[in-house]
Amino acid sequence: MVKNRYLARTILTIIAACFALAFLMPTALTITNSFMTQSEISANYGQVFKNASGSEGKTYIAETVNLKFIPDKVTFSQYITTLIKSPDYLLKFWNSVILVAPIVLLQLAVASLTAYGFTRWRGKVRSFLFFFYVILMLMPYQVTLVPNYLVSDWLGLLDTRWAIIFPGMFAPFSVFLLTKSMRRIPSSLIEAAKLDGSSEWQVFTDICLPQCRSALYSVAILVFIDYWNMVEQPIILLKDAAQQPLSVYLSTINANEVGLAFAIATIYMVPCLLLFLHGEDYLVEGIAHQGSVKG
Amino acid sequence: MKDLLCSIGFLGPSVTGVALFFIAPFLVVVYYSVIRSPLNPEFVGLDNFIAVLKNSSFQTAAKNTAMFSVIAVPLAVVLSLALALLLECRIPCKSLFRTFFLSPMMVPVASVVLIWQVVFHYRGTLNVMLAHFGVDPVDWLNSPYCLLVIVALFLWKNLGYNMILFMAALNNIPKELLEVADVEGASAAHKFFNIKLRYLSPTVLFVAILSIINSFKVFREIFLLTGNYPYTGLYMMQHFMNNVFEQPDYQKMASAAVLLAAVMVALIALLFKAEDIFGKDVEG
Repeated sequence: MVKNRYLARTILTIIAACFALAFLMPTALTITNSFMTQSEISANYGQVFKNASGSEGKTYIAETVNLKFIPDKVTFSQYITTLIKSPDYLLKFWNSVILVAPIVLLQLAVASLTAYGFTRWRGKVRSFLFFFYVILMLMPYQVTLVPNYLVSDWLGLLDTRWAIIFPGMFAPFSVFLLTKSMRRIPSSLIEAAKLDGSSEWQVFTDICLPQCRSALYSVAILVFIDYWNMVEQPIILLKDAAQQPLSVYLSTINANEVGLAFAIATIYMVPCLLLFLHGEDYLVEGIAHQGSVKG
Repeated sequence: MKDLLCSIGFLGPSVTGVALFFIAPFLVVVYYSVIRSPLNPEFVGLDNFIAVLKNSSFQTAAKNTAMFSVIAVPLAVVLSLALALLLECRIPCKSLFRTFFLSPMMVPVASVVLIWQVVFHYRGTLNVMLAHFGVDPVDWLNSPYCLLVIVALFLWKNLGYNMILFMAALNNIPKELLEVADVEGASAAHKFFNIKLRYLSPTVLFVAILSIINSFKVFREIFLLTGNYPYTGLYMMQHFMNNVFEQPDYQKMASAAVLLAAVMVALIALLFKAEDIFGKDVEG
């Protein structure tokens, strides 16, 4: 019996480890490969990226690809090129930042006000409104991009960042999450503050926001990652290549720069990984509080 | 009265924004979907919808997107529940495993796409590995297998998030109930199907809805892997929309959006209904 239990535990641990390996590998490989020299990258992956490669015949290209974890020679040259020599990529990175940062900040600001409104006052109209937000939240981009496109067209915002920032600012996702967590605040806290003569605004800033700190953080992370990853909106609303974020630009990188691509890809995920390592517990808590769509 | 003013103050900015950027234009979208053209606003009934439904690209896109969801959504629900249950068992380093399982959700698609290209290329890693077992190489991204590849990428990215939802729900099951079951000698399978699954049903619904929405986002992976013109099996709804925006054909655009919205609403209503029936006796 005891032996059996040990066996089961070992098997479960091995299964978990296999999953963990599968989940980690692609990320880890991207990072380690960013320290390879261009010639090593070409030799290993030349087959995959060769269609645009101009230097054929000069470099050695393996018959089949050779996915390697540890570089033969560790080099920072790819990073030096991307960060110092060719500011092109940094510019795209900056494009991502100035698109995503306003969206995260503005969406959180608007959503926390709205969530407070939905928490403090409930009535038929408001609960219908909340339900409507949920439905809107569940609509795929293929639906919402059409109205977004029309408004941007009317307001002359097409091909400017605002065509993405404005709809992002009012996206209902964080309203939903923040309302869920604000409704967890004991109403006695709010009642007590009201009795002490606090205004609604003071209750909002002094009680609700501090109480929801971890929720705000986790929503910020979720919104950030969603927009940091965006592809659909820029290719439709922001066609100007010079303004496009790195997420779209990375896919257009050509074969001669595959070595660089790994370094850029790594740089691109650094903010996400840092946020994740710092905020994982908040994030988990925030996701867990979503519970269900109802109620 | 004061309450009303306050609530308008707090809700106002968002409601205005949503009305301006989503609702008002969507009403126009509905209007566009039933007229001949913006210049010739003659009511044509369902003609535009019929035209879109008959459009072969739309059919391909709808078929592929539906096919993808049908495969990916149940897998996403079952596997993430399995991972959550796995982390409930007595295994070492649980929190480390949780971190590892969750990490793909934080990795931008664009960053790992290079590795996917290397793995799934015709001369890529997967085929090299399979060759050791005597399996003939498969052109993963340019054959009917492509859908499976994308399903794998989808699961890779989304399982962790769903797992957290299930872990939270498992935690909320009343412990006494499981203890009583233990005392009465219920088997693990019995406990799972008759107690846990009942309490998990709202989460199953939530994860299913979330996965359906996320399955529309899988365009990102496909676009970054294969560009604007993928293998037909990977031609998704978003590809169709991109082409329509390219022209831009307002009637097609509008009727496709209205159709999709209707399908989504119907689907969500259906899932809500299913959850009502399945989980009604534990609702509290």
